[in-house]
Amino acid sequence: MRRDDLDRVQAVRAAGRPVAIATWLAGGRQVVWEPAMAGLDTAVVAEIERAVDDDVSRTVTVGGEEIFLHVFSPPLRLIVVGAVHIAQPLARMAVLAGYGVTLVDPRRSFADAQRFPDVTVSTDWPDDALETLAPDRRTAVVTLTHDPKIDDPALAVALRSPAFYIGALGSRRTHANRLQRLGALGFDAGAMARIHGPVGLDIGALSPAEIALSIMAQITQVRRLAKAACEAA
Amino acid sequence: MGEGKLTRIPDDDVLGRAAAWRREGRDVALATVIGTWGSSPRPVGSQLAVDGTGAFVGSVSGGCIEGAVVREALAAIGDGRQRTLEFGVSNEQAWEVGLACGGTVRVYVERLT
Repeated sequence: MRRDDLDRVQAVRAAGRPVAIATWLAGGRQVVWEPAMAGLDTAVVAEIERAVDDDVSRTVTVGGEEIFLHVFSPPLRLIVVGAVHIAQPLARMAVLAGYGVTLVDPRRSFADAQRFPDVTVSTDWPDDALETLAPDRRTAVVTLTHDPKIDDPALAVALRSPAFYIGALGSRRTHANRLQRLGALGFDAGAMARIHGPVGLDIGALSPAEIALSIMAQITQVRRLAKAACEAA
Repeated sequence: MGEGKLTRIPDDDVLGRAAAWRREGRDVALATVIGTWGSSPRPVGSQLAVDGTGAFVGSVSGGCIEGAVVREALAAIGDGRQRTLEFGVSNEQAWEVGLACGGTVRVYVERLT
């Protein structure tokens, strides 16, 4: 690989855009692909676009030639609403798992950036913050405050977005009340079924770190096992 | 979003390390998993960067074939040619570099020029 190609790939990745490297295994020819790129065989472009859309690197055969398509997708995103205790281990675990993490809490005394290294902190109101962040299908949203004033507006924006995961901390009873309030806002049962509540896999988690682990495990499960179902929705 | 649109690339980013090594003037080769069959520890796209002394970052397996891949990477640094390697239980070197999990892995090795 040429160093200028590598530098270009890194620059595009740092800008948060998708990029792919196509390598012809016989001969070693290499092309760095970006969306809407011109001058490349259309059959190869079609294969690259499919791989990028699937978010999977793979070796394909085009015109009898083997080509390895190395896909670099932008990092997955996690939006955490509520700078509560659980948010600290959750943010750290998510960063380790490769997520870009944004923490939203309008209560400035909570959202102290020093408590959250490697995390973007927003003190906007959750509906404004989430509208700006625009969750896409590579985004997970988790609310942690229990406070309807803060959690509900965030969940409403998340439900109108294609976020691949939505989770809300709270007991069964808290969650039932929450669903009633969201129902009053016009969300039907099918839409609200996207919310994982009580949040996280049931592993008997007690401490903040354990609860964060159960949430991160559930996000991973949804991402890896139910990806096809989410993307079809 | 505070620091503009820049996305933080993880510290364990193998390509970033490879680029940094090259900037320092080190010889560098990249090994990339381009295919897997059966169970295999690292998915397609996993990478290993090797410098001219044999130091490496990243992984292409759970440690079963790294030694052999590093040898081939040093050879690629030496002759400048890319190569495609295949490892699996059917490999005649299985005793030396076989995958305990019983899968097969294809690895592309190239020099970073």
